[in-house]
Amino acid sequence: MSGLSIESISMRFDLPNGGSVQALKDVSLHLKEGELLSVLGPSGCGKTTLLNILAGFLAPTEGQIVMNGHTVQGPDAERGMVFQQGALFEWMSVRDNVGFGPKMKGMPNAEKAEIVDHLLDVVGLQDFKEKAVYELSGGMQQRVALARCLANDPDVILMDEPLGALDALTREKMQSLVLKLWKETGKTIILITHSVEEALLLGERLIVMAPRPGRIHKEYRLPFADMGVGADLREVKKHPDYAPTREEILNMIWNMEEEIMGRTEDAS
Amino acid sequence: MTSLIPFFVYIAIFVGAFYTVRFIAQKTAVQDYTSLKTVTFGDESAVQSNRAASIVSIVTIFVLWGAFTGSSLMPSFMHAPGPFIGDTTFTYTAQAPDGTKDDATVHVRVHPADEKPDAIEAASGDGFAKDDALNMIAWRSKLIPVDKNDEITKKDGAKIVAIDGQPIAPGDSVSVGDGKVTLSDKGTPNFVPNKGWQMEPIWLPSPEAVVKRTIEIANQGYQGSTLWEHLGYSLMRVIVGFFFGALVGIPLGYAMGLSDWARGWFDPIVEFMRPVPPLALIPLVIIWAGIGESGKIILLFLAALWIMAIASRSGVSGVKISKVHAAYSLGANKRQIMRYVIVPNSLPEIFTGARVAMGVCWGTVVAAELVAAEKGAGKMIVTASKFQNTDIVIMGIILIGIIGFSIDMLMRWAEKFLVPWKGKG
Repeated sequence: MSGLSIESISMRFDLPNGGSVQALKDVSLHLKEGELLSVLGPSGCGKTTLLNILAGFLAPTEGQIVMNGHTVQGPDAERGMVFQQGALFEWMSVRDNVGFGPKMKGMPNAEKAEIVDHLLDVVGLQDFKEKAVYELSGGMQQRVALARCLANDPDVILMDEPLGALDALTREKMQSLVLKLWKETGKTIILITHSVEEALLLGERLIVMAPRPGRIHKEYRLPFADMGVGADLREVKKHPDYAPTREEILNMIWNMEEEIMGRTEDAS
Repeated sequence: MTSLIPFFVYIAIFVGAFYTVRFIAQKTAVQDYTSLKTVTFGDESAVQSNRAASIVSIVTIFVLWGAFTGSSLMPSFMHAPGPFIGDTTFTYTAQAPDGTKDDATVHVRVHPADEKPDAIEAASGDGFAKDDALNMIAWRSKLIPVDKNDEITKKDGAKIVAIDGQPIAPGDSVSVGDGKVTLSDKGTPNFVPNKGWQMEPIWLPSPEAVVKRTIEIANQGYQGSTLWEHLGYSLMRVIVGFFFGALVGIPLGYAMGLSDWARGWFDPIVEFMRPVPPLALIPLVIIWAGIGESGKIILLFLAALWIMAIASRSGVSGVKISKVHAAYSLGANKRQIMRYVIVPNSLPEIFTGARVAMGVCWGTVVAAELVAAEKGAGKMIVTASKFQNTDIVIMGIILIGIIGFSIDMLMRWAEKFLVPWKGKG
């Protein structure tokens, strides 16, 4: 079976005081190849834990991840990851950062240079090839991170709030870039975000997770990502379904946050 | 009191220069909006060192040094008043047991310590008290047994009752033209010529004396070794000790950063040894390894070891987990992560540690040489101090300072050149 299957994943963390936290409980999901999924939820709902399990950084307590017919055993180049910020290697130039994956595979230099050049064209950083990454702006750094991930040609790209630290304008440009790359490369993308707008615009599928224990609360299939490819995202926001969906999800998350607050107040 | 004068002059120059520079700056500054901004007050990063203040500060030190040592490099009107040098006289009045009094003159020739002038030829005069003549060195005091040549001496019951016509009793002091006379308990006058405000060369030699001595020692050496041998030995010990300290300390720090067993094993040792001042180890090192080269290198090895171990440990464990995760998901294996992520990530910390370690080693080597050595910068100044060669001591301190500063600048430059990503992560 192709694609990515999350099969009844549960994750429990043991606390030093003897108790434990159920971060995820019985989460199941199947992603077809080329799907773009965005994941929303209040803080503490296990989004990042889920992504770390998908990447292979954490082993789930129960359940398994099956990708293209085999079980995920640990991190692998088939599942690339784009982090929020600060995950670039500041001791390498932009070019070496992007070429890191191919270099680890032992790819010949000429072939590697070709891939790097192509991707720097795609993200529009050809002129900054020789620069050190700390000389670039935050938005440019995230473009380098995208290119670095793509250079490895992964089947699945996991994004952990990659645009969270950017200003509104840069963020909008980057959202268009993500959509463009998704359409052009046909990769499966899982995007974790705090922003409801971003989840709506970039999610072909959208899941809202609920906390304690972390689980899938509701799933949506949305038209906005397809509409947004190559289009002005502000136009997409004018779609009649956009505002009601946003309100619905915002209310949902708002209620969950309220509930958490209430529960902690009861406990204290 | 007079020893505080240079300090007061220094304060006066500090305040005076501040107002002068500010006055000039105000005359020439552009009066626009930014010049009136006060919001930066208290913002440490907005306080930048004032170039004019630094220049005046350095010049002041040398000017004061020259002024209070009577430097020949400076015009004499800038000198602080010097000690009395030259011939002076005072009279004393002796009283015989029968009550008769007689005056006699004491001729004193005060000369600098490094000169030996002829004695004053003086007639002995009349009466039972005879005139005296003597030479003495500036800044010193001298008991003058004036009655020795008198016809009626102390033994015969004569005593001194006045100096320059001012009555005096044992224990009292009176001022005379060019100094002060104190009558000792036993009735002998003690003459102290005016000292002025300048420092005695054995306390603080003039700048040109230090320069002259530096050239002399650079050409002829000191205590059987040339100046370059003294400094070179100290430097060599630092470099060798630091090299071995880093050679052992960096892998040790890596082990502690990567393995919980190594961390648990070495943490108590490293954390205990790090706060022990290397100087406290000198006695033990001398017992174990003697005062030769190996003892000093062991000491510097120990001084550098813990600093380097802790620096590389924090360099390794300070790697952002997202960088390691990123490398894993880009297909790197453990060995590749070590080489391409953990090592480069730890280099800035290691460099900072190396800078600290070099500074500590340089301080430690000088101190160790003060205790026991045959050659070395510290040895040179401690020997010089035993012979009261203050000029060599000051020269040594200046050279030690210059070398320490150069080491730090060199390390900073190497850091900028080799790990430009420091602090940019």
